[in-house]
Amino acid sequence: MSRVFVPLLLIAMVLFASAPLVVANTPVEQTMGLVQKIFYYHVPSAMLMFVSAFVCGIASAVYLFRRSPAADRVAAAAGELVVLFGLIVLVTGPLWARKAWGVWWEWDARLTSALLLWMIFLAYLLVRRFGGPGSEKLAGAMALFGMANVPFVYFSVNYWRTLHPKTSVVPTLAPGMRGAFWFCVAAFVILYVLLLTLRKRLEDRQATVEQLYLALED
Amino acid sequence: MRQFLRVAWVVMRKDLTVEMRSREIVYTTVFFAASCVLVFAFALVREGRPLEDASAGILWISIAFAGTLGLGRTFERERQTETLRALMLAPSDRPAIYVGKLLGILVLMAIVEAVLVPMVGLLFHAPIFARPHWLIALLAAGTIGFASVGTLFAAMLVRARSRDVLLPVLLYPITIPVIIAGVRGTAALFQETPDEPMARFWVALLVFFDVVFITLSLWTFEPLMTE
Amino acid sequence: MKRTVLLLAILAMMPGAVLGAQQPAPPGGAQADFVPVNTLPPQADQLPAAPLVIGAYAFVWVALMAYVWLLWKRMTKVERELADLQRRVQQH
Repeated sequence: MSRVFVPLLLIAMVLFASAPLVVANTPVEQTMGLVQKIFYYHVPSAMLMFVSAFVCGIASAVYLFRRSPAADRVAAAAGELVVLFGLIVLVTGPLWARKAWGVWWEWDARLTSALLLWMIFLAYLLVRRFGGPGSEKLAGAMALFGMANVPFVYFSVNYWRTLHPKTSVVPTLAPGMRGAFWFCVAAFVILYVLLLTLRKRLEDRQATVEQLYLALED
Repeated sequence: MRQFLRVAWVVMRKDLTVEMRSREIVYTTVFFAASCVLVFAFALVREGRPLEDASAGILWISIAFAGTLGLGRTFERERQTETLRALMLAPSDRPAIYVGKLLGILVLMAIVEAVLVPMVGLLFHAPIFARPHWLIALLAAGTIGFASVGTLFAAMLVRARSRDVLLPVLLYPITIPVIIAGVRGTAALFQETPDEPMARFWVALLVFFDVVFITLSLWTFEPLMTE
Repeated sequence: MKRTVLLLAILAMMPGAVLGAQQPAPPGGAQADFVPVNTLPPQADQLPAAPLVIGAYAFVWVALMAYVWLLWKRMTKVERELADLQRRVQQH
């Protein structure tokens, strides 16, 4: 275990434990009321879902073009985290929408494209698991297309008529909300780095196990 | 560049020549697409008449399903005769091989659409001749988008396990935006008064998708196909 | 080859510019910013928001903890296998 791991873990735990308290002290939003507080977990998760998609895509490109096995392991870890954070976004979102818009789901540009992005990385995991030998490359191609999808998801809300709030919300947050929001973002980012490191370490160990099996056969 | 185009042309001609001998894939894919349209027409019936609003959606769903089938069959034939490996061994630009195969698939899908569009026009009273150039532009741009990703994935799945089920699993999440754009554009054209600015918007979006997908596919084809 | 790809990528921007110039549906109905107030709006005849907020936060915690637990399980299994294999390799 590296030396930076335990302090990071402690920081993440502290941040997460105090996040609900921080959020409780934020002002209530005018139109949406109490339910808007889901924002403080929903948006950081979405940000990390996009970041992870980029990490996975870039690592896959490095794997495809430089044949680096380490890059492939990073991609595998990041791919799983896209699905995890995407799941959080896709569950907290409808819970918020039920009160704010009156419906659990709407087939508008933002929601549809976000769901598709999640499904692309779900397919990524399926290919890695069931594709047989050489499936890392197939998955790598999926990740590249998935990464190309992310800007589309992000900007869709500005160009189409949707119920989903626009990207101008975060830059124009009121002071009371701003502090809590970026606090939550920091907590999530640290957690993400931890999870990515741990998951990549698991992949590294599994690769070593496979190498040892091969060595034993000789 | 000329060498690139020549290789692509040769690969396409090879595919079409082989196909013309038996016409197996063309006949079966066209028939499958037609049955798709009929299944949807019968499933979505109100008072004995098919739902006319659903015509755009049904057209594109049938194109997507038939395209997936055609892609799978075409590359299955390559796998059985190991010609793909032979192509890869040839000293030519790999992306040119991809373009050649893509052109072959596009010809197949064009034939399928030539049958499907009149069928949909007939069964759903869709005004397919209202703005024919926009309809053709939508179909062309949408088919290129779908086929470009499909050719890449079908080629790279040739040596994978569970390839039949993995092709749709991989292809649909990425090409659904193309299908959506196609459906919305076609629906705009099939309205009482065809909405040309909308159709133009969706065609522009489809062209954007096409360029992104073709660029990504050209870029990744070689590393994906080599060991 | 790379030049062709670059050219295509630049061409991709052009329809994007066309798209940017025309927006067929006027954006409306979606919020552009959040407005804070100091008191809760009246909740008499609407859905209670508290269960939704608590449910959302609870789900996030559960999902993250479940994933960490799964990771830990897989990690201990692999490390046990690794130790076992290393022992066998040394015995060879």
